[in-house]
Amino acid sequence: MEGNMSLSLKVWRQSNKEAAGGFEDYKLDHVSPDMSFLEMFDVLNEQLIEEGKEPVAFDHDCREGICGMCSMYINGRPHGPLRGVTTCQLHMRSFKDGDTIVVEPWRAQAFPVIKDLVVDRDAFDRVISAGGFVSVNTGNAQDANALPIAKEAADDAFAAAACIGCGACVAACKNASAMLFVSAKISQLALLPQGQAERSIRAEKMVAQMDAEGFGACTNTGACSAECPKEISLENIARMNREYIGAKFSSSAV
Amino acid sequence: MATSSRLDAKIPQGQLESKWSKYRSSVPLVNPANKRNLEIIVVGTGLAGASAAATLAELGYKVKAFCFQDSPRRAHSIAAQGGINAAKNYQNDGDSVYRLFYDTIKGGDYRAREANVHRLAEVSGNIIDQCVAAGVPFAREYGGLLSNRSFGGTQVQRTFYAAGQTGQQLLLGAYSGLQRQVGMGTVKMYNRHEMLDVVNIDGKCRGIIARNLITGEIERHGGHAVLLCTGGYGNVFYLSTNAMGSNVTAAWKAHKRGAFFGNPCFTQIHPTCIPVSGEHQSKLTLMSESLRNDGRIWVPKKQNDNRPGNEIPENERDYYLERRYPAFGNLVPRDIASRAAKERCDAGYGVGSSKLAVYLDFAAAVERYGRGEANKNNIHNASDADITLWGKAVVKEKYGNLFDMYKQITGEDPYEVPMRIYPAVHYTMGGLWVDYNLMTTVPGLYSLGEANFSDHGANRLGASALMQGLADGYFVIPYTIGNYLASEIRTGKISTDHEAFVKAEAEVKERIDTLLRIQGKTSPELFHRRLGKIMWDKCGMARNAQGLKEAIEEIRQLRRDFWSDVKVMGTANYFNPELDKANRVADFIELGELMCIDALDRNESCGGHFREEYQTEEGEALRDDENYMYVSAWEHKGPENWELHKEELVYENIKIAQRSYK
Repeated sequence: MEGNMSLSLKVWRQSNKEAAGGFEDYKLDHVSPDMSFLEMFDVLNEQLIEEGKEPVAFDHDCREGICGMCSMYINGRPHGPLRGVTTCQLHMRSFKDGDTIVVEPWRAQAFPVIKDLVVDRDAFDRVISAGGFVSVNTGNAQDANALPIAKEAADDAFAAAACIGCGACVAACKNASAMLFVSAKISQLALLPQGQAERSIRAEKMVAQMDAEGFGACTNTGACSAECPKEISLENIARMNREYIGAKFSSSAV
Repeated sequence: MATSSRLDAKIPQGQLESKWSKYRSSVPLVNPANKRNLEIIVVGTGLAGASAAATLAELGYKVKAFCFQDSPRRAHSIAAQGGINAAKNYQNDGDSVYRLFYDTIKGGDYRAREANVHRLAEVSGNIIDQCVAAGVPFAREYGGLLSNRSFGGTQVQRTFYAAGQTGQQLLLGAYSGLQRQVGMGTVKMYNRHEMLDVVNIDGKCRGIIARNLITGEIERHGGHAVLLCTGGYGNVFYLSTNAMGSNVTAAWKAHKRGAFFGNPCFTQIHPTCIPVSGEHQSKLTLMSESLRNDGRIWVPKKQNDNRPGNEIPENERDYYLERRYPAFGNLVPRDIASRAAKERCDAGYGVGSSKLAVYLDFAAAVERYGRGEANKNNIHNASDADITLWGKAVVKEKYGNLFDMYKQITGEDPYEVPMRIYPAVHYTMGGLWVDYNLMTTVPGLYSLGEANFSDHGANRLGASALMQGLADGYFVIPYTIGNYLASEIRTGKISTDHEAFVKAEAEVKERIDTLLRIQGKTSPELFHRRLGKIMWDKCGMARNAQGLKEAIEEIRQLRRDFWSDVKVMGTANYFNPELDKANRVADFIELGELMCIDALDRNESCGGHFREEYQTEEGEALRDDENYMYVSAWEHKGPENWELHKEELVYENIKIAQRSYK
């Protein structure tokens, strides 16, 4: 073993959706400051296997901050203490020798726990299915440069589209609201000419689905944006509200 | 050499330029009413899988799509950084379909099929059109038109990009198209499902066995065709830039059910990755090739120079790529850049604490961009500090997310000190052998994207993986699948009660039970590490006959150890990532053996396959076109037993030459 940090971990263990969960305490020695947070969990799991205990289930995949799969609620904050950083990109140098670290799953009614730190985020997929797209079948497109798009609009659309769909915004919000996630997609497409044809119906349908999934309402505390690992701006929520109200006033789908 | 009678690439007759258009006009069609009765199973939802599933559903087929992640949006295509190539010639710099075709064949060191690559180049432009129409926010210039940059192995600017997150934007585009079909009910999506076998009935692929990873339930799914879009197998090396979950299991099961495996030893080692920092390392992180547009690669001229990079004066730096390859400089193809870095480090010029790293330096770019900004704003007496400030802002706009990632992982700020980089396993050119229709040697079983072997020869050029994934899914399979399904309209619904399904399901269950029953001492993770070490040491950036023979024996021993000593915790009837991992590692071990066998068979060096015995005096790869201008397609005959079939590569439109980037 190469590191010299010793840590106390309090980790949420829950065997399935129905079961009651609780914290388990673990001691971990020889943690290197160069390890990522998930590599520290790899070490914990190897230690648990050695002891004949079941390892902690947690979601992770790319480990480079882009797939959106990792989702740990660390010391009361989604993805831990750093701004603009996912759990997988958080490194142990952000902690001190002797620290106690509390790790929980995302907590929201719309994200039921599957096991331990793993939650079900299918609700996000269903919100996208409700309208987070441009209805263009393959083969219909005109030349890509036929329609110039102002650089500023393209840049703003990209900034919104950088959302990784991890759900930290929901986990951060005291109401478990998904407004930041939904508004990022609505904004991306509202800012681009390609999104105009379905602009109103998209806002209506996505918001309706968001509500149906059981996400809470927005009270503008801004925790979502502050904790977002991609620093998606609150402006998107303002834009979504404009889009939604505009759509409702002129809706033919009342 | 003649092509094996077991392989028919089904390349259409006629001139290269007109093969695809003629094929499209003459391929059998399936009428809309019949499409509704034909079911297609798509495994994997990366660029190839998501685009194929969405497009086939749009055409009217009934589609079932599977991914092991919690959402199709997580597929590892999402991590692709630099960009996607297309022969649009928007930059007016002499690009054309032919040039993209030529660059790709040459970049692959003359080991790819002409007809497939030409088709790829032909549809490349349509991909960009399609993605823009779907709302993908590519980078743009102030005039509102699309921006381009350069990638390795080319002398034109044909790479379209969205900062360093092009894969993310393209995948989310394809994903939104897929979710649209899911919402319409034309695609049924199965998240957190892993394919554990394919089912063949009377010589045709008729479905899959999948495991619901949440409940552990084993499911049978029937279909008239199965598409494996399951990505590459770089994780056989344990450490790679792939996602933790990326695995070979689906492709490997198909291989064991009759699909030949093409060129398994062709692995891409990417030159610019963040170096290994310690034993705990679970994966490696790429620093996009696009950085080589602006970054200059160097090592100190003096061996074992321990001074910090920015204290080494200009005249004591060796910009070895610019020195060795003046025509392409820092933008030589990946295999060449990787070997050159290894050569310098092996010779004692490496930097950093491990000495297994070289510098990637942006100081010159910062200054150039800073001056450009000053000129743009009509400021002619700017201070050096201002120029640096403005230059850094431009670099940030182009590569900001990559610089942030580097800083987060290494704890060093690349705006201030040069990046340290080293080659790492990134992509696999090898994969399931497919014909021109993307069909494997099992009728009805297809393979798309990185999972197949078809387009990149022995080395893939940067920004071509995204191109191939979307080409296969959006523009190739929707046509070529008709060729097969037109004859399936009378088949009727596939019953999963057939004994082949029953048998395959029983075998899957038996294997899972065996894994849980062993209760040895070693975790799947540790077996994976041991395999990775063998593969990297003996079948990695440089290979030789002796090492490969040793590796084969070591892997065989590892396989025996695995099946007697693996320790899998938990049970099979709930969410159990340890069991999933054990299943995958078992397949990686078998694949590793085949990769070494293939590398041993190929007594030449080409592209990413570098056999130390076969090199030029300057240390470049030395091909043997007379004896090895073939695709190796391996047929699985039983444990530790494969038969080699050769597909001769015929070049009618390109003059074969020793690859030169000097």
